[in-house]
Amino acid sequence: MSQQMSAPVPLPQSPAQKTPWFSLDNRYIAPAFITCILLAGHLSFGILESYQKTLLAIITSIGLELVLGRIFFHKWIHPASAYITGISVGILIRSPAFWPYALCSAISITSKYVLRVKGRHIWNPSNFGISGMLFLAAETVATLSIQWGNYLLPMVVIWALGSVIIWRLRRFHITGIYVVSFIAFAFLRSWMTRSPWQSEIAPITGPMYQLFIFFMITDPKTTVRSRRGQCLVVFLVALFEMVLRLYQVVYAPFYALFVVGPTAMLIEIWLESHRANATKLTVTQ
Amino acid sequence: MTGNRIARAILVLFFIGLLATPFVIKRMSPRREGDRSKFEAKTALARYGFYLEEVSQAAGVNFVHQSPKLDPKLDPIMPEVASMGASVSIVDFDRDGWPDIYVTNSAIGSKNALYRNMHDGTFKDVAGELGIADVNRPGTGVSTGAVWGDYDNDGYEDLFLIKWGRPELFHNDHGHGFTRVTEQVGLPPWINANTAIWLDYDGDGLLDLFVGGYYSEDIDLWHLTTTRIMPESFEYAKNGGRKYLFHNLGNGKFEEVSSEVGINSRRWALAAAAADLRGTGHPDLFVANDYGVSELYFNDGKRFHEVGERTGVGFAPKSGMNATFGDILNQGRYAVYVSNISEDGILIQGNNLWMPKEGTTGDAVKYQNLAREFGVELGGWSFGAQFGDLNNDGTLDLYLTNGYISLDRNRSYWYDFSRVAGGNSTIIGDAKNWPPFDGRSLSGYQTKRVWVNDGAGKFLDVAQAVGVTDTYDGRSVALVDLWNRGVLDVVVANQNGPLLIYKNTVTPENEWIEFELEGTISNHSGSNRSAIGAQVTLFWNGQQQVQEVSGGSGFAAENDRRLHFGLGRNPHIERAVIRWPSGKVQTIDKPATNQSHKMKEPA
Repeated sequence: MSQQMSAPVPLPQSPAQKTPWFSLDNRYIAPAFITCILLAGHLSFGILESYQKTLLAIITSIGLELVLGRIFFHKWIHPASAYITGISVGILIRSPAFWPYALCSAISITSKYVLRVKGRHIWNPSNFGISGMLFLAAETVATLSIQWGNYLLPMVVIWALGSVIIWRLRRFHITGIYVVSFIAFAFLRSWMTRSPWQSEIAPITGPMYQLFIFFMITDPKTTVRSRRGQCLVVFLVALFEMVLRLYQVVYAPFYALFVVGPTAMLIEIWLESHRANATKLTVTQ
Repeated sequence: MTGNRIARAILVLFFIGLLATPFVIKRMSPRREGDRSKFEAKTALARYGFYLEEVSQAAGVNFVHQSPKLDPKLDPIMPEVASMGASVSIVDFDRDGWPDIYVTNSAIGSKNALYRNMHDGTFKDVAGELGIADVNRPGTGVSTGAVWGDYDNDGYEDLFLIKWGRPELFHNDHGHGFTRVTEQVGLPPWINANTAIWLDYDGDGLLDLFVGGYYSEDIDLWHLTTTRIMPESFEYAKNGGRKYLFHNLGNGKFEEVSSEVGINSRRWALAAAAADLRGTGHPDLFVANDYGVSELYFNDGKRFHEVGERTGVGFAPKSGMNATFGDILNQGRYAVYVSNISEDGILIQGNNLWMPKEGTTGDAVKYQNLAREFGVELGGWSFGAQFGDLNNDGTLDLYLTNGYISLDRNRSYWYDFSRVAGGNSTIIGDAKNWPPFDGRSLSGYQTKRVWVNDGAGKFLDVAQAVGVTDTYDGRSVALVDLWNRGVLDVVVANQNGPLLIYKNTVTPENEWIEFELEGTISNHSGSNRSAIGAQVTLFWNGQQQVQEVSGGSGFAAENDRRLHFGLGRNPHIERAVIRWPSGKVQTIDKPATNQSHKMKEPA
């Protein structure tokens, strides 16, 4: 889904790009999809408080990506990833002020260049930026929680379209495992807290989750590499989210991904390094 | 290599700088001056030119509002669904020249109160003896607000009682009692409303009545047939109560004409106010809606035209709970203040201060929200607000009350609220899907805002510093010169809390002037006797300020009928221009300061 979401360098060509039924370069699919969501949401329900704020987030994101990419990678980075980060910030951050949109984008993009281990950045950029803003600027910033009119049709359309695209990008297992886990944990929470199950399910029917599920947890640059590992990590994200929800943390999904995602990445990096050392040792011996 | 290291070091510093930015901005923000200051009368007087002292007990007012208890099916979320009803309106019901106070109660069997001004600093509740206390009887619903207007032009203000239930109109029998005329005038049997205002929309000299429904009028909240009574969306709900415009026929009857004149909305109205925003001589109508966008209706004297989106005020959906007008820059143009919800880290809607854009006037007027720039954006879970010159310095200040549900201080309902509010309409719309409140608070125990206007586009919150330290769940605010001293006192109605009377003490150097207007009507020409819709533009010291007599504004509130202007020190008044609702214009040259001018519309 979001191959370019966080990549400072162009991705290798995906085999899926050779399939005849869909010829669009993969790196354009995610930007196209998120743009469709934005336009559909805004034209039908006027979801954007102002065009300018979203535009500010996008321009900041792309601008900084180009500058930092030039400085540290000596090339002009393809702007698709930064575009998605900017547009995610523009949709997900809610603030009456302008500066949080620029700042959140700037933190998101810069985090990719600063917080790196063994050449890999370990936080999903927009997850880092948004979590950071919620933590650091709580009196000015909230996230999108109530949009699309709370109606069924927009939700079904986005879920259907998102699922098809995510399947094409071979990341559907991540989304699927997360959704199933969330629903299972929702019923468990309902049983534990004796609150109506509908209220536990309610968050996933909202638009914040659509962006979270399709654009954040599927980010290939900040998820582990093995398919089995991805399933395990996303299950752990849902599990940790459930724990946070039991403590009534409003932004549980963002914080769960913020903690579990990088932890999994670090473990994978450590394991890879350990394996490489072991192989080197064997070869040397 | 070294260059790369330097670049990385700069990048890290840049990143740290980005992370530190919110702290820096927070430290630079002046918005909560009041939080840092403790109340000290002399200091407040010297620094801000006024202070407020809560005197309800000393004034003999010990009214405590009681919330309604609705159908038991709503018990799990009763604090939320029964969270409104406290209101205050100011009226001189007996025409003795001293303003009286009417307050509503909202439990079945509870009594409303009419506090007659005893002229000695005290009040006496006379609602019972005059027949407007026992109005919350079983089967008739409960009171949520009241607005006063002389609908039959007999010189005495009549009472329209806003209810979740059977709306009531009481005719004022020359200050000696009230006669219920609900059926005679043709009001519907049931409306679940929180707002109503008197206005003469067609300029015929007869006051008409706008009523904005909240819950659908089909719902009897005490006998529910379904729990699907909640909004279908937190931001786009259109399943609320209908709107009513009762056209005064002049024969003691009203005719409902809302659809006929272009008002068709089922948004969840919480506040309405009317003023001539375009200089047409006709009152335009502003409606602040919960769970959605605000609506602005331009009035051409016969029909209303909804222009919210076109003018900019109806674009971003929020939780509108207040509508009030004020010429805050002394430019002869009104700003509109709409209160919304702000809760740190959860929901930052921000209140709206709609200012007319430079260079836009008349039908082409556009509004921009400058609440942040002016410093009046964040007020917690905001409810009623009113503009008024609290320190008589010549600029309008802003008093805002807030706080939604104050129960257990240590446990919050916000988590549950936020997850359900974001859910699909089938979930949010049904009360049974909402988690039980269990005694938790929701934006409770909030400190109030008293924003002092510096006249140059900045407001500073001085609430704590001037003595406004209560943390009740405020709903309705009315400004009134209670004791004819030339200062604006503040009366606040709190949900499940006491009625507060903040007596104002203002530095004596600052002068003032008040206008008490009375329209005259004969042979269907002239203005309503309440003078609702009359505008006074005062020109002094090279500036001007416009104010309009209102038939209800804020949240479930009505201010003193008299228009109060602060003038600052050593003012030189050039003239006051009165534009009556009939269109007549009257100019008073150099009116004397520090007195109230009683003005009757010239024949």
